[in-house]
Amino acid sequence: MAEIDKVPRIEITDGALIPDDAEKSIFSAWNISFFGALLILIILPIASPDPFLEILLFVPDGVVTTFQVTILSIIFSLVVGLFAGLGRLSRVKVVNRIATIYVEVVRGIPLLVQLFYIYYALGKVVQLPRLTSAIIAMTFCYGAYMGEIFRAGIQSVPQGQMEAALALGMSRTQAIWTVIIPQTFRIILPPVGNEFIALLKDSSLVSILAVSDLLRRGREYASTSFLYFESYTVVALIYLIITLFLSKIVANMEKRLKLHGRV
Amino acid sequence: MAEYRIQIKDACKNFGDVQALRNANLNIAKGEVVLVIGPSGSGKSTMLRCINKLETLSSGNIWIDDDCVTDPKSDIRKIREDVGMVFQNFNLFAHLTALKNITLALTTVKKTPKEEAEAAAKKLLARVGLSDKENVYPGQLSGGQQQRVAIARALAMNPRVMLFDEPTSALDPEMIKEVLDVMLDLAKEGMTMMVVSHEMGFAKAAADKVVFMDEGEIIETGTPLEVFNSPKEERTKTFLQHIL
Repeated sequence: MAEIDKVPRIEITDGALIPDDAEKSIFSAWNISFFGALLILIILPIASPDPFLEILLFVPDGVVTTFQVTILSIIFSLVVGLFAGLGRLSRVKVVNRIATIYVEVVRGIPLLVQLFYIYYALGKVVQLPRLTSAIIAMTFCYGAYMGEIFRAGIQSVPQGQMEAALALGMSRTQAIWTVIIPQTFRIILPPVGNEFIALLKDSSLVSILAVSDLLRRGREYASTSFLYFESYTVVALIYLIITLFLSKIVANMEKRLKLHGRV
Repeated sequence: MAEYRIQIKDACKNFGDVQALRNANLNIAKGEVVLVIGPSGSGKSTMLRCINKLETLSSGNIWIDDDCVTDPKSDIRKIREDVGMVFQNFNLFAHLTALKNITLALTTVKKTPKEEAEAAAKKLLARVGLSDKENVYPGQLSGGQQQRVAIARALAMNPRVMLFDEPTSALDPEMIKEVLDVMLDLAKEGMTMMVVSHEMGFAKAAADKVVFMDEGEIIETGTPLEVFNSPKEERTKTFLQHIL
């Protein structure tokens, strides 16, 4: 019987990276991956400064761009997502239909295709700067995902909250903004955190538009030095460290929310 | 002036094929306390929820004094301000403290200045015996405490009528009394109240009228003594045998 108790509880979230409560040992998967990656990234340049130190000095500009794309996209996609989510729940048929079509269309087209489309195809009409195009495409795409998160979040606020607000004489709009949305934000914090991580990884796609993000910088180094293995190893390690670090933050956030009870 | 505080006339409510309310007629005078009893699914809560239009009647009319709730032209939000409602599951705003739960509608609906709203809320919390819980979130309150805050929240709007939808059904037995005591005080102060509940003790102590419903119909109406001790209808007798 004791054997059964030892089987860890398995929770499936988008970030398979996110550590489970059971993983408290020093040798948890997260610790091994994170500190392992960190260690390699420290040892490599010391062991062979040429080329690793050189690569490490070459790519950080890319990290800044990657964060720039990620953070701006996440902020804009939160705004878009909030309205898409509200639209999906709207009683006004036209609004509802538009929001639903937006979500369906965007989810049906790969992000890479959207990036090409906004920069190159729409470039025939209005030529936007590369970085702007990249952020617009990411926002457009992740806005739809966020919209679904918001919709689910809003729907998971108990019906009684709206009824109580209406019974006090509030309008639906007042109730939505003062009662429903604030509670939605608490509910969706963890899934939004996961989207943030996913968006950071997907931001590597913008290198296809020659935006100098982390991946692009790595590629630039590789194509001049022909040191593909070394360059991409460093790039992969940096991505890994950032995403593992962020996933830890999300996990802690989730744990804190759980401690505070239902909402 | 209308003769009655609440007037329900030929009220019908259908949910698809289900008739939740069939030709209900009920008049409640100012200051009257009415207890509505009946088996589950008998339409008690539906009738209550139609009074502040959380549900819309399929046919028939409801008035609060001279305001017709069912008239599409009347401002339902204005009417709802005057009709306090207390729910079975409290429905306190989970993200707000006890105090903010009470002030929210005052500041957003009545546009009461913040300080004034807070002063009023503190007074109400004192009245339900929860002065020390001002800054506590609903999740940290017991069921009985939550329900008392919910009552204070409804009272803050200064309603003409209070509706209670099974206010003690979700409570542990030891907490029922603290909520009923608050309701008894309200009744004594002359509040017009309509209470869906099976609390016989409360009925005997405070109710002027007991209404028995079954299958969407009002079967019998009378004083608590009449309905509990000498029910006229067979269905009322059967029901009372089950719950007593």
